[in-house]
Amino acid sequence: MRAPLFFLVSLTIAALLFGLAARVGNDYLFFAAYVVLQFVVLATAWNILGGYCGYVNFGTAAFFAIGAYTAVVLHKIGANTGRYLPDALQFLRPLFPLSVPVMIGLGGVIAGVVGLCMGYLTLRLRGVFFAIATLAMAVVLQTLVINWDFVGGSRGAYIIRPDSIAVAGLKLGYVQYLCVVMGVLAVIALSVARLIERSRLGYGFASIRDDELAAEAAGVPTLRVKMIATTISGAFMGMAGAPYPYYIGYVEPAATFGLPYAVNSIAMPMIGGTTSWVGPLIGAILLGSLQQIATVTISSAANLLIVGVLLVLFVIIAPKGIIGLLHANRRPRRP
Amino acid sequence: MNLPLDLLINAVIAGVLLGGFYAAVTVGVSISFGMLDVVNIAHPAFIILGSYIAYIINATTGLDPIIIALLALPAFYLLGAGVYQVYYLAFERRGQESLRGLAFFFGLLFITEVALILGFGVDYRYVQAAYIGPSWRSAIGDLPLRMLIPCLFSMVMVLGLQFYLTRTFTGRAIQAVAQDQQALQLLAANPVTIKRIAFGISIATASLAGALLIIIQPIEPSVGRDYIGRVFAICVLGGMGSLPGTVIAAMLLGIMESFTATFYGPSWAPAVAFGFLLLTLAVRPAGILGR
Repeated sequence: MRAPLFFLVSLTIAALLFGLAARVGNDYLFFAAYVVLQFVVLATAWNILGGYCGYVNFGTAAFFAIGAYTAVVLHKIGANTGRYLPDALQFLRPLFPLSVPVMIGLGGVIAGVVGLCMGYLTLRLRGVFFAIATLAMAVVLQTLVINWDFVGGSRGAYIIRPDSIAVAGLKLGYVQYLCVVMGVLAVIALSVARLIERSRLGYGFASIRDDELAAEAAGVPTLRVKMIATTISGAFMGMAGAPYPYYIGYVEPAATFGLPYAVNSIAMPMIGGTTSWVGPLIGAILLGSLQQIATVTISSAANLLIVGVLLVLFVIIAPKGIIGLLHANRRPRRP
Repeated sequence: MNLPLDLLINAVIAGVLLGGFYAAVTVGVSISFGMLDVVNIAHPAFIILGSYIAYIINATTGLDPIIIALLALPAFYLLGAGVYQVYYLAFERRGQESLRGLAFFFGLLFITEVALILGFGVDYRYVQAAYIGPSWRSAIGDLPLRMLIPCLFSMVMVLGLQFYLTRTFTGRAIQAVAQDQQALQLLAANPVTIKRIAFGISIATASLAGALLIIIQPIEPSVGRDYIGRVFAICVLGGMGSLPGTVIAAMLLGIMESFTATFYGPSWAPAVAFGFLLLTLAVRPAGILGR
């Protein structure tokens, strides 16, 4: 399937699902769906670097928080442009308050730039050092945010979201609106991942994952290719984070930089399968829904335990994930 | 800037004591990551586990945390050997250790943390011991025993390990195993066994480090995460697997953190370790005493 067609088809599927959910008329459905979609974006973004290139990023939460705090800053500036907008930038005043999609774009740009710098600093080293450095970056950023009063420091910041919003003449509840935005973002992320997979760039990624030295010797500009991967991956994580303050209403560093984001975005591709865009999608839908159910029926700490245990079990028993299991069953039919 | 001298001296002393303790925390990673090439990012979780064991037994029997840790050493050794066996069978033997091995240890870290939260909640826990309150007043300044004793025990442990690693056959085999497994086999030593022993030892150090940690500060399950950066910063800066390098790097980091806490405020201290790590990785990945 050609990329534009794929994009349109998945957008249609997403729209149909949304229509179905709207028929049910239960608002909780949208709250839950938003989280699942957010994880689809995060898992796909993680997989672009982790699954395709083989570089493990433990810092998902950091990129996610960059997006979230970009939105907090922009929201706060938007709420009082006269006071917070620097004089040199006053000409931008008519643009505020920014809409959520614009914030997503800006959050993505900033997270992408951070990803690029991060990659430049550490990607010349062995993959392990990159993994450790991403962990380190998450803590450095968290400390910066805790000490940054403008966004509320460790007290956190409140964002009061509007009750509803009119999109193209249609009046939508705000959570439904966020759900739509996140759905579109998920479709974009999946399309980009699929496009990468089938492009020159994707083969470059795969060659790095399989044997970096051989790739370098064969003429793949490995450092540049890896930096492209960290940038795209970081940008999508930032985009996934930007609507978060509006969804949750209250942003504080401990939760925004929390380990669950990192674990989930690693566990979902690992469980689904890391070599194609389908894996993170399956993993995110399965694990995301499972967690939503477990949070409601058992407790939110227990659902994290489930994720951790599943992650460890899958990497030990089924290293290729659910996709790998499906393929293994299909193989004997080959003539 | 006009610095009061006693404040400066106190900051240096606090830093050295803190650094001594950091050496105990890091020595396990220096063995597993530096010598065996096993990227055990779950090491801080094992340390927190050690802290909780010290806390539980101390709270019920009133036994000294350090004695508890020494009693728990064999259990931690077996735990480490077991974890390595799983790691070996599932990843190292298949040659997929990098990506999935990391995910495996990350999963272990997360499971331990969540299990501790489920079991004990997120309240801060601490231990009782006679030496936790008082300070030893000396000519150079106040030495809080709460810091001094962990530092001393840490140094004893590191010295003991250094002796073991340089003077015994098994110890030397551990140092050799990452360099040349085949040469080791020619000496009739099984690399897998050697690695299992070494990994057991590295986790055993977490038992003592955990007890020392809970003497120094009250802990809750997610404290371990702050130590990931410190531990790896020290390990890399110390030259990956060199114990003297580890001690020097630990002291350096301890002093830097203590200065940051004294002059800028404690909320900035965690960033020091991680910033230090990022800088080390970017500028000198071989460490100070690197080969």
